[in-house]
Amino acid sequence: MASQHQQDGHSHNHGDHAEYYSRRAEAIQALLIDKGVCSLNEIMTMADQIDARSPEDGARIVARAWVDPEYKKRLITNPESAIQELGLGLPETAPRLRVLENTEEIHYLGVCTLCSCFPRALIGRPPDWYKGLAYRSRVVVDPRSVMREFGTELDESVEVRVMDSSADMRYLVLPKRPAGTEGLSEEELAKLVTLESMIGVTHAKSPNAAII
Amino acid sequence: MPKVHDRGGWPNDDPIDRSEHIMDEWERRVDSLNSVLGEKGLKNTDQLRRAIESLTQDQYESLSYYEKWTVAMETLLVEQGVMTTDEIDQKMVDLENGTQ
Amino acid sequence: MTSSESARFAAGDHVLVKVGNPSTHYRTPMYVQGKTGRVDTLWGAFRNPESLAYGGSGVPRQPLYRVEFAQKDLWDNYQGPETDKLLIDIYQNWLEPSA
Repeated sequence: MASQHQQDGHSHNHGDHAEYYSRRAEAIQALLIDKGVCSLNEIMTMADQIDARSPEDGARIVARAWVDPEYKKRLITNPESAIQELGLGLPETAPRLRVLENTEEIHYLGVCTLCSCFPRALIGRPPDWYKGLAYRSRVVVDPRSVMREFGTELDESVEVRVMDSSADMRYLVLPKRPAGTEGLSEEELAKLVTLESMIGVTHAKSPNAAII
Repeated sequence: MPKVHDRGGWPNDDPIDRSEHIMDEWERRVDSLNSVLGEKGLKNTDQLRRAIESLTQDQYESLSYYEKWTVAMETLLVEQGVMTTDEIDQKMVDLENGTQ
Repeated sequence: MTSSESARFAAGDHVLVKVGNPSTHYRTPMYVQGKTGRVDTLWGAFRNPESLAYGGSGVPRQPLYRVEFAQKDLWDNYQGPETDKLLIDIYQNWLEPSA
């Protein structure tokens, strides 16, 4: 075994920490099953349920809010009941959902500087960059510079508001409806709504940029 | 001096790395286990956060996201007497050797 | 029994964030400690994470506020217009009235 590793050339290390932790996690899982704390089936079912949450559900909500001003009002006032109108819902135990509307005057973007709080129950897991130290450290100090890295430039007349979700609320940004989208269907509009735009580091895609 | 996890405003000149890594199966399981244990009342989000916050700065910065969750999960499960560190060590050996 | 602390502040109130460095779990980042902001919203009372983190019940529930800060008040060299803001959710036990 050892000689084979030496012949590999690259520094493949059997004690590599990534492998160590994956093996430790597997051991913990096996013990939990052995001890009857949970079953493999429960674990796999939960994993599938988590995977089923995706940004597409958020995009549908945004598109509906764009086409229906009364729905948008309901969404902002009581998001958890408004999403049920689209067949979506949050478990009772999930953190509370709030919606932050971007306008011509005000632009929100979200972060969790202390950990990685994110509206997972609605749109799934956060992107790696959102959980990373660079974003968490920098976006509160200089949000405009961070947005520039994402290709977003905002005029000084727009008020940028960073939302640090430090407690029981989880925030979804409602991006502005892009110009030139008057003729599009709700389904076509939803395709313009990216995960980045629901975090607020970008606007939604313009119809020219998107390939529908 | 802020705690290891309290990152708002920490000096940082790094560009935002926008690459996404594909989740490994073990990470998916850790994510799931966290929720399963939560549903069973064996842990809550605040305990997980507290356990992650107890890492050293070096661990916090070098371990990946789900590696941190794995360490935290062990902390909590051992704390509650569900399993011991020795049992986990032994199980790792058993799984490696193919002896269940 | 789910008792709650009663809310001391309302939207529009100016509040000062306490300074502290407990060895135990808390959710008020250092960058807002000692700063003055304006209450934007009272969310209601929620179980205290400082207790929940150790398996406690989290009661009495703490009123939770969204507090708005001017970025120029948080950072010495803020690179952006004076109108830029930062909002964060803070539990009542970390807030004091500000003059």
